[in-house]
Amino acid sequence: MRFLSSHRRRRAAKPLMLAFALLLMGTLYAVVAPAPQVAADTGTSAQVAAGKGLFAVSCSSCHGLNGEGTSQGPSLVGVGAAAVDFQVTTGRMPMAAPGAQAPRKHNTMTREETDALAAWVATLGPGPAIPQKSQYAPGDQDAATIARGGELFRTNCSACHNFEGGGGALPEGKYAPTLKGVEPIHIYEAMRTGPQQMPVFSPGAIPDADVASIITYLESLHAQPGPGFNLGGLGPVSEGLFGWIVGIGGLCLFATWIASRGARAR
Amino acid sequence: MSHDIVPTDHPSAPVRQFPVDDPGIEHHVPRYTDVDVAAGNRAYRNILAMFGLVPVLAIAFVVIYFAVPKTAGFDVLGNNFHAQTLFLGLTAGLAVLLIGTGMVAWARDIMSDQEIAEERHEAGSDEETRAAALVKVNAGITDSGVGRRKLILGALGGGMGMLAVPAVVLLADMGPYPLAAKRAETIEKTIWAEGVRLVNDVNELPLKASDLEIGQLVNAEPETLFKLHGHEYQTEKAKSAIIIVRMDPASIKIPASRKDWQVDGILAYSKICTHVGCPISLWEQQTHHLLCPCHQSTFDLGNSGVVVFGPAARSLPQLPIKVNAEGYLVAQGDFPVPVGPSYFERDSSKDFKEGDQ
Repeated sequence: MRFLSSHRRRRAAKPLMLAFALLLMGTLYAVVAPAPQVAADTGTSAQVAAGKGLFAVSCSSCHGLNGEGTSQGPSLVGVGAAAVDFQVTTGRMPMAAPGAQAPRKHNTMTREETDALAAWVATLGPGPAIPQKSQYAPGDQDAATIARGGELFRTNCSACHNFEGGGGALPEGKYAPTLKGVEPIHIYEAMRTGPQQMPVFSPGAIPDADVASIITYLESLHAQPGPGFNLGGLGPVSEGLFGWIVGIGGLCLFATWIASRGARAR
Repeated sequence: MSHDIVPTDHPSAPVRQFPVDDPGIEHHVPRYTDVDVAAGNRAYRNILAMFGLVPVLAIAFVVIYFAVPKTAGFDVLGNNFHAQTLFLGLTAGLAVLLIGTGMVAWARDIMSDQEIAEERHEAGSDEETRAAALVKVNAGITDSGVGRRKLILGALGGGMGMLAVPAVVLLADMGPYPLAAKRAETIEKTIWAEGVRLVNDVNELPLKASDLEIGQLVNAEPETLFKLHGHEYQTEKAKSAIIIVRMDPASIKIPASRKDWQVDGILAYSKICTHVGCPISLWEQQTHHLLCPCHQSTFDLGNSGVVVFGPAARSLPQLPIKVNAEGYLVAQGDFPVPVGPSYFERDSSKDFKEGDQ
């Protein structure tokens, strides 16, 4: 104490004290204050509360104030954080207008808002969490992985998404979207949560390693140079239209030209 | 105009046969290229240019073949093009097209421009020719001696007729005729049996009832399938492929007779369409409808697989399943009705129909 009282009038005392006080406060804050939350799965009460508020504003008109579902939208009990992350980050939810299908569009929510929403929806019932990168990251593009992914894709996915993942039509205005340019995390989340008409493909039937091989297959498939005008890769509909209109139409024009009389001098 | 039949009052004049007079050939109007020397020369030069471009394109084809790297590509309007194949096709195609258009232009503008009409004549020969031919045929028959020794023809006919027997026997050997007993052993039977586990296709994972979620679809096979190889594997896979779906039991109709065929809303159906046998796995999890991509037949898996749309005539056969001691899904036995498309002898009385209990 003598040391302190004898030195308190030194010129350096004030700045030193200030620095010491700041250091002390900073250390105390770091110990006491909660770590910043960005992941949805730890679900602090503040994040859940924020999510509930966001949900009431953006989602409740169709899904009900407590996510119980209405005639306009399904119940969200047990869909999990992964479903929210998929629907919101791909822009499908909130829907701009009611319709047969929620189309992919620009996402207007921030990462924090999405995580808050996901945290709150995850409290409604147990469901798949937002996956870690190790669960879906495409592996090495070796021939075996690609072949296995391709076999799984053709067995489980191609019925709706077509052989090259270009998507396809479903009844009454619905459709299976294209898989070109879709983030691996979204493919993983869609398989685990079954958005809209898509069935669920759970880890019990298709483990994470198999999902990753499907993603690897799609990446290698879509990295291949295309065949020129692929006409959407939709198969006989667009190709048939092109063949009949451009091909047969062109032949008709040539036939008309060959058989016409041409210019006469009169 | 000289062919016109002009009606007259004279009784021996030819009678009009057709309601409209033969208009004859249109009055000839010369082409520009015949009248105008400059136009003719222009057409001549155009044709020469078309033919002259062909060797240029042929040489360009060879140059592209060697000069453009196989892997080169470029993007136009969001489509990726292979440079070499595109330009090879363009040069070769244009060259062939120019030969064609050049020849058509040559015929239209330069070749002689005479309209020609030819009268049709009857297809049959005249009486004299026919009589002469018959005389020759009769002479041939007399020369062959069958008039006197008639058995020769009979013996030839009988011999050739019997030659058909070996052919028929060989054809019959292509496969046993599918009588009822044979059908029951082949197309009406699959390798599903009591206790056979349901495993996911491709990765062969056995499925636990607790692992399947509501809204899940699994493309599954009998575990015993993967012990088979080659032809046998393909034959059995074509019949025994199934899809497993899990639905909320409260949202689907399960008739009393099928209460024990499912496990908590997990139902297994044949994957083979009952119309013409396409494999189907296009399932909408919210409507529970299963769509066949070939002819749009639609089955309601939430209602025992009845047809709700399309050309299929019969419900999708359901496979009765249960859970074994370890919790895995297993079959209770084979399909109660034959899977796959219809055939003439098939008994459809046991198929599920809308309203059955």
